[in-house]
Amino acid sequence: MEEIMDIQQQEEFEQVQYIVIRYGDEVFGIDIKYVDNIVRMQRITRVPNVASHIKGVLNLRGEVIPVISLRIKMGLEPDEITKTTRIIIIKLESGDSIGVLVDEVLEVIMMDSSQIEKVGYNSKETIASFLFGVGKDQERDRLISLLDINATFGDKEVAV
Amino acid sequence: MDVTQYLEIFLDETKEHLQTLSDQFMILEQEPDNMDTINEIFRSAHTLKGMAGTMGYKRMQNLTHDMENVFSEVRNNTIKVDGPMVDLLFQCLDALEEYTDNIANTSDEGDNENDHLIKALKDYLEGKSAEPAAEAATEAAPEAAAPESAGDSDSEGKAKWDQIKLGDTENTVLGEAVAQGKKVFGVTVYVQESCILKAARAFLVFKAIEEIGEIILSQPSAQDIEDEKFDFDFSMIVITESDEETLKKAVMSVSEIESVYTGVIDVEPAESAGVAEEPKEKAAAQAAHPAPGADASKGGAKNAPADKKAVGKPVVNRTVRVDIEKLDVLMNLVSELIIAKNSLVSASMQEGMETGGAFNEQIEYLESVTTNLHESVMKVRMVPIENVVQKFPKMIRDLSKQLNKKIVLKMSGEETELDRTVVDEIGDPLMHLLRNSADHGLETPDVRLQRGKPEEGTVFLNAYQDGNTVVIEVGDDGNGIDVEAVKKKAIERGTITAEQAENMEDKDIVNLLFLPSFSTAKVVTDISGRGVGLDVVKSKIESLSGEVDIKTKLGEGSTFTIRLPLTLAIIQALMVEIGGEKYAISLGSIQTIEDVAKSEVKLVENKEVMNLRGTVVPLIRMNRVLSIESTKGPDDNLLVIIVKKGDKLAGLIVDELMGQQEIVIKSLGKYINKSKIISGATILGDGEVALILDTNALI
Repeated sequence: MEEIMDIQQQEEFEQVQYIVIRYGDEVFGIDIKYVDNIVRMQRITRVPNVASHIKGVLNLRGEVIPVISLRIKMGLEPDEITKTTRIIIIKLESGDSIGVLVDEVLEVIMMDSSQIEKVGYNSKETIASFLFGVGKDQERDRLISLLDINATFGDKEVAV
Repeated sequence: MDVTQYLEIFLDETKEHLQTLSDQFMILEQEPDNMDTINEIFRSAHTLKGMAGTMGYKRMQNLTHDMENVFSEVRNNTIKVDGPMVDLLFQCLDALEEYTDNIANTSDEGDNENDHLIKALKDYLEGKSAEPAAEAATEAAPEAAAPESAGDSDSEGKAKWDQIKLGDTENTVLGEAVAQGKKVFGVTVYVQESCILKAARAFLVFKAIEEIGEIILSQPSAQDIEDEKFDFDFSMIVITESDEETLKKAVMSVSEIESVYTGVIDVEPAESAGVAEEPKEKAAAQAAHPAPGADASKGGAKNAPADKKAVGKPVVNRTVRVDIEKLDVLMNLVSELIIAKNSLVSASMQEGMETGGAFNEQIEYLESVTTNLHESVMKVRMVPIENVVQKFPKMIRDLSKQLNKKIVLKMSGEETELDRTVVDEIGDPLMHLLRNSADHGLETPDVRLQRGKPEEGTVFLNAYQDGNTVVIEVGDDGNGIDVEAVKKKAIERGTITAEQAENMEDKDIVNLLFLPSFSTAKVVTDISGRGVGLDVVKSKIESLSGEVDIKTKLGEGSTFTIRLPLTLAIIQALMVEIGGEKYAISLGSIQTIEDVAKSEVKLVENKEVMNLRGTVVPLIRMNRVLSIESTKGPDDNLLVIIVKKGDKLAGLIVDELMGQQEIVIKSLGKYINKSKIISGATILGDGEVALILDTNALI
């Protein structure tokens, strides 16, 4: 019984690392376990006749990987490519890799579950359905929207 | 004895023999008196029995034993082959296949005794003309009738054991043995020339003999035999308490043994003084197995009779079994190499003039080496579709009984080769199409007769290579597909509306059959018609980057045409530019490239076409398909790539040609469900990704 208690305690204060990224003024967090790589903006080959948020494909060390615009997917303004634009390569649970365009990668932070507030799905905003919670970063006094990777990218996109 | 190391050989050979049996049963059904077939069946059953026995599969052994017995009688003309008997044989075959599958999965044969089959076989034996000695004759049949009996008269030259020279130690050992009342035999064993693992066979022979006796000396030496350093025969001196027959039987129980010759060796009994020294002497004799004496005699003794045969290596191709995964790794490495080579080529072009001729020469050399390497690896992975289609004759036969239709299966092009991974996957779809043809396609015999067709329906499977693709046609000369019935059904089911149906071409309506849960059979049968079928076939073929097409004519039959790419990984492609983007088109599908003036483009039914040396070819503006602006002006000449799919042509209008290149096909990944016109992607020399256009989807 004691052991179980221990595990529960551990779980309660389990520390998870998040990569903090920025879209415009909003900051988002991605669980680091999904992140395979972060690469600079590079040439993306357009794939014709697919959903608008699929920007195309890129070559990552000999592998062809689709690149997604989360901005378009979440209904924000289209991406503007700047010097700080990065592509985060995410490895999904299905084993497939995808690249996600972000405005900027800020830093990596640690958060435990006590800092995270779950969000309900009753919000009408599209963004809310991509999040599993909001993290409170007391240090800098800001809120970080935590992306639910599987809800966001788990579904397969169908070409038009 | 531990036989697990031979399990794989056993399974391979059993499958081969079962296939032989299946083929021969088919022939037997047509020609019940064909002695060659009967002999072949007898031999296969006999070999199977021997192999099953060696491996300790008793049930399998029993069943084959009884089959062998029946055939022994058939050979002697005491039993006639008839329809029910062939049916029974096929049931036995199914049972044997079940055993084999069990063994393959669990290395145990299972516990199905198949008593009813054994009883039925026994009934045949007992039902024959009541000769009292029949049972005994059956028992003796394998030995009496086996090939070696005929060889007795000319056994002189073949019984090579008499050329083994015995040294003093051997003579002593033999003498002692005889003094103890044992017998000494010379044995010469001939392995079948088709045998691949001679050493393993020899090992099994040694094992079999050692169970009943002792091998004193062998020629070639035991070591040489183990290393496969012998032609097709080897000889031994054996001490045993058993008689000659038992010895022969023991040897012949090993499969792939062509024949065995034995003879008694007369040895003077040793003096009684030798008894005390026996253990020591014996040890010495055994140590002397690869004795110098034996080796020295080898040269002279062996060559004389071996002269008539080709000396040296057997003609059988030497093969190595390789795990397909290792080939995949090899293939991936070759792909990487080709990408690296392409990078070199493009780098050398960018460097410009400074690079000397020698550099370019080496690059060209590298190019030819990588191309050859790729071809070789591809060839290694290619296997004939024969492995898959050879089970179909039996399947059609079974169907023919089940459906009460007379069906002949005509197959051609079984030798056509495809990538191993494709061949493994193609079996089920083909089987499904054949079942479909037999069940839905062919009419019942009386309907056929009414329609003035031969009573016997034909189902066919033709395979052949066409450029970079392999075509497999499956069809029948039956009823064909009733387009109106399909249309009615589709409207009923709400698949299409009545208005849509009006505007659809027959071809499109027939293609509705490929939609999930669509079956037009009025009667749902065991064989097909549950509506899970054609859609599965289609998706399977498409997952192999292939496609299916139907051609049908009501009353005359239908043909399903499957096209599959020959290679899955690397192709020769033409690189083109459309609206500033680079695309690859498989060279295999390109017929010609034409420079067409704008005035040559005509409009037919509001669609652009051109006249290509007498043929009207529809034109496709690629920039529109890819939704991008063309870089060409409206009055420029058009660059048209003529592509073909079967006998259909189309002209693709592109902006620029960039040249020919070997490309490695990469999947776009599951996340982007393949856009229909894009079959994949490739990485160019400069690291850029270019998409591959699927011309088949465009036509």
